[in-house]
Amino acid sequence: MVATYETKNDYKVVGNTPIRHDGLDKVTGRAVYGGDVKAPGLIWGEVLRSPHAHARIKKIDTSTAEAMDGVFAVLTHSDFPTVDEREVSTGEDVVNLKRDQSNIMANKKVHYKGHVVAAVAAVDRNTAQQAANVIKVEYEVLSPISNVDDAMADDAPIILEGLVGDHLGEEVENTNVATIFRHEFGDVDNAFANSDIVIERTVSMSMIHQGYIEPHNATAIWAEDGNVTVWSSTQGSFGVRAQTAGMIGVPESKVRVNYVEIGGGFGGKTKVYLAPVAALLSRKSGGRPVKLIMDRSSIFEATGPAPGGKIRMKIGATKDGKITAADTDIMLESGGYPGSAVGAAGLCVFACYNLPASKITGYDVLVNKPKSAAYRAPGSPQASFAIETVIDEICEKGGFDKIQFRLENAAKEGTRRGDGVQFIRVGLEECLESAKESDHWKSPIGDAPEGKARGRGVASAYWMNGGGKSTCDLMLQDDGTVMMNEGSADIGGTRTSIAMQAAEVLGIPIEDFHPSIPDTDSIGFTGVTGGSRTTYATGLAAYNAAHKLVDELKGRLADLWETETANIKFNEGTFTANGDSIGIQELAGKLDPTGGSATATASVNLAEAGNAYGVHICDLEVDLATGKTDVIRYTAIQDVGKAVHPQYAEGQIQGGVVQGLGWALNEEYFITDDGAMANRSFLDYRMPTSLDMPMIDTIMVEVPNPLHPYGVRGVGEVPISPPLSAAAQAIKEATGKSYYELPVKPGRILEALNND
Amino acid sequence: MHPFAYVAPKTVSEAVSVLAEHGDRARPLAGGTDLLVKARANVWDLDAVVDVKNIPELMSLSINGAGLSIGAGVPCCQVYEHKDIQEQYPGIIDGASIIGGIQIQSRAGLGGNLCNAAPSGDGIPALIAYSAVAKISGPNGNREVAVEDFATGPSRTVLENGELLTSIEIPKPAANSGAAYTRFIPRNEMDIAVAGVGVFVQLDSEGKKFESARIALASVGPTPILAQKAGDSLAGKPVNDESIASAASLAKDAASPITDMRGTVDQRKHLVEVLTGRMLNQAIERARG
Ligand SMILES: Cc1cc2nc3c(=O)[nH]c(=O)nc-3n(C[C@H](O)[C@H](O)[C@H](O)COP(=O)(O)OP(=O)(O)OC[C@H]3O[C@@H](n4cnc5c(N)ncnc54)[C@H](O)[C@@H]3O)c2cc1C
Repeated sequence: MVATYETKNDYKVVGNTPIRHDGLDKVTGRAVYGGDVKAPGLIWGEVLRSPHAHARIKKIDTSTAEAMDGVFAVLTHSDFPTVDEREVSTGEDVVNLKRDQSNIMANKKVHYKGHVVAAVAAVDRNTAQQAANVIKVEYEVLSPISNVDDAMADDAPIILEGLVGDHLGEEVENTNVATIFRHEFGDVDNAFANSDIVIERTVSMSMIHQGYIEPHNATAIWAEDGNVTVWSSTQGSFGVRAQTAGMIGVPESKVRVNYVEIGGGFGGKTKVYLAPVAALLSRKSGGRPVKLIMDRSSIFEATGPAPGGKIRMKIGATKDGKITAADTDIMLESGGYPGSAVGAAGLCVFACYNLPASKITGYDVLVNKPKSAAYRAPGSPQASFAIETVIDEICEKGGFDKIQFRLENAAKEGTRRGDGVQFIRVGLEECLESAKESDHWKSPIGDAPEGKARGRGVASAYWMNGGGKSTCDLMLQDDGTVMMNEGSADIGGTRTSIAMQAAEVLGIPIEDFHPSIPDTDSIGFTGVTGGSRTTYATGLAAYNAAHKLVDELKGRLADLWETETANIKFNEGTFTANGDSIGIQELAGKLDPTGGSATATASVNLAEAGNAYGVHICDLEVDLATGKTDVIRYTAIQDVGKAVHPQYAEGQIQGGVVQGLGWALNEEYFITDDGAMANRSFLDYRMPTSLDMPMIDTIMVEVPNPLHPYGVRGVGEVPISPPLSAAAQAIKEATGKSYYELPVKPGRILEALNND
Repeated sequence: MHPFAYVAPKTVSEAVSVLAEHGDRARPLAGGTDLLVKARANVWDLDAVVDVKNIPELMSLSINGAGLSIGAGVPCCQVYEHKDIQEQYPGIIDGASIIGGIQIQSRAGLGGNLCNAAPSGDGIPALIAYSAVAKISGPNGNREVAVEDFATGPSRTVLENGELLTSIEIPKPAANSGAAYTRFIPRNEMDIAVAGVGVFVQLDSEGKKFESARIALASVGPTPILAQKAGDSLAGKPVNDESIASAASLAKDAASPITDMRGTVDQRKHLVEVLTGRMLNQAIERARG
């Protein structure tokens, strides 16, 4: 059973923009991040990484490193316990322990350049680095595979030996394709045959990195009593606990993960890379605390980017603007081990449209690049780029208005997603209506200066959002303030947006809340801050805990007032019964005779979530002589359900747009012939800077999510998706050329323009 | 990286003797914005870094009737904030003000930019265009080298063991002259030039004819390049689109770029042509006042 709610709209706290509780510490530099962690007797760890993208490890000689002064421990894969091919949940996705163990420390083979082959713990960082560098590794170098075509070729070298692929239910050996799946309904071929317009294109896109500022880090102590303590920058401490415990072969209850602030994750900090290494180094070093911090080039080369790949997309329509069918093959690069976002891409790809016939085939393809990980709406941006590129062409060919066409074919309540799931109440139509009425859409684009040309693109996208498990504890303190513990890593101000939902119930000012995020021994299970789930799910836990607290207080008050609990009413922070009344904060100081402070706790486990849709409009100017692009106006329209803290919701949308525009315009993994990422620095991995972005306007549409009392939907992920196609279509309009490969960087534009 | 000595001499001769003693295991440190990055990437195995910022001579910035003298350790911000330099050497300002962001510019200098000898050094083309000269001190005394001859390859210079750049000397620009530098980058800032072009033009008193011109290119060869023929082609020519286009085309011929992650050969050659045209027009505008 799924609880549904009637939402109201006259909130006291929800919808306001209070100052975030963690703000002062963060702007003054007091907040403690993983890199700040100190412990008595701390020593440093460092890893040795493979210089080859694909090679067999013949021999590792650690003797010189072990003999060095100041070295406490050297680690290779053989120091890890053998684990089964078991899967653990990080709270959002699942991790195959055995493969991830080989991913964080190579076993027999290296699958990408930068793959860790050994680690060292030493008295200081320089010594650890020098010791790592004197470890001798003999490799048999194999030819690297850098794209899905090469990986799927008949004679392709096999990356993950022993992999048995699941190809539409059939077990296949000797393959780089871990999975082929299909969702299908209706008769696609027949529908195409009866269409007036059919367009088929193949698009491709590069692997992309999240580019969070804070590097991965971990500090661990494996104490003599077998208890392991970890500090690590992560989107979810319980995920770190599960993965670390699994990979080092101890029960989860033996591992305690401390919360540290996080300097960006965007999905990339759900996987664990360093914590198990730090733990094993600590044990080998006699229980000393061991700390590791990754450098930037290693982050690019060896931590989960979003997959690149190739998507074939075929769409049919009638001459009066109705889509008849859509058929796609989505091939995404999982990296060195199975598990790309292709599954999610399959759910997202057609989710903006109401289709009579649909066929989706997904391929999870291994290549010699880092194991991909979640990145903001994983799979949705790639899928959105593919479908919106073809929809744009259909609109042009059929002479359809680009927003009206989308409206007439829009998914709504009851529409079946490609995998068959029927939508609950969703807000795509409202977003499209709002786009149509927006000042941006109604305003002309204006004339470009000499030598330049302008274009406008529009694109939509979908993300399902996540539910999952969360916990929140509340304690009403004597002075009327509320101590709140919750388990979600704070990304983008979630401490505050969660507390606001409890504050709304309790009628206590948000400033009187003290939210904290304790370690994994001190709060109930809470999944990662990811999947746009936190404000929705942990917020709901806070809402439920607040209601429990009110019930608890009614019981206490019944004692004080010598009446029945049922007689006590609670409204906007005030309890009343039989003419008596008392404010909740005043009552807090009078609880001693009733049993002391009142507490309440709530855990939720939500199977479903409210879907998110975005529709974006992008105006862009191209320098026709150099191919340089400048986004000159941008509007992101999104159904947010209910913006609990509108500034943070808007910030999420703007941040997503910037990352999507980076993907569209310049970001890429530039892979050399020997399989190395050439541009493994922020200098050459060209993320947009503040100077590259115009003000990003947002229009937040609020179609309440029926699964949440305030109507909250996830907000953070879907805005990364529409920019890919919106920008590419804007460049198409400006230059008169079509672009099927991302990024649409200046060199590609010049090439298209000069190929006349 | 391993521990190394930090030496902060107060005179050129002290610096020279420390550098000579350690050979290629010591490097001068100006702003350190290239040095620290390379040291951390283990590009060198260093025993000592020799901070030049305590040597008064290397920190002096002077402008007079003879020209402009920029000490090898002077940071970019001092250069581009200087009123007289802004007025008389706009091409130098173009380069100095786009090297990194404000934090970098407060440390990084044109001396370090030149000695780092990156083909993409944004400070270098304008120096070449202005006919700047590098002053060098070493164990065998002092010498001068034209800036276009200073770099001998990527990260390689004419500096011999123990030698140090002390200053960059830029002659006073002639009347009716102008200069400009720009680079092409895919982003608007914080990026490395895909191609860069610096030009200097001297016009006749009416501003209708070129007396002389110098054109220098960045990021399209192993070192910054003086496109001698392209500049010379303008001498005596009328100031018009045709002269400019033909000089731009010669500049394109002088470029010998490679294809890499930052751009392709064709793209870079094309950009040199486009940017040369744009910079000539801008320099002409400046020359005409
Ligand atoms: C974030 C960032 C952005 C940047 N952006 C740009 C940019 O946009 N454009 C650009 O061109 N560069 C850029 N750079 C590179 C760098 O800042 C410049 O090359 C700068 O001009 C170097 O000057 P410096 O004083 O810091 O040199 P240093 O790092 O001190 O020295 C550079 C090199 O020259 C040597 N050296 C220094 N002084 C002397 C001397 N007196 N005699 C002999 N050798 C000497 C050093 O040993 C070293 O090898 C950037 C760097 C960073 C970190």
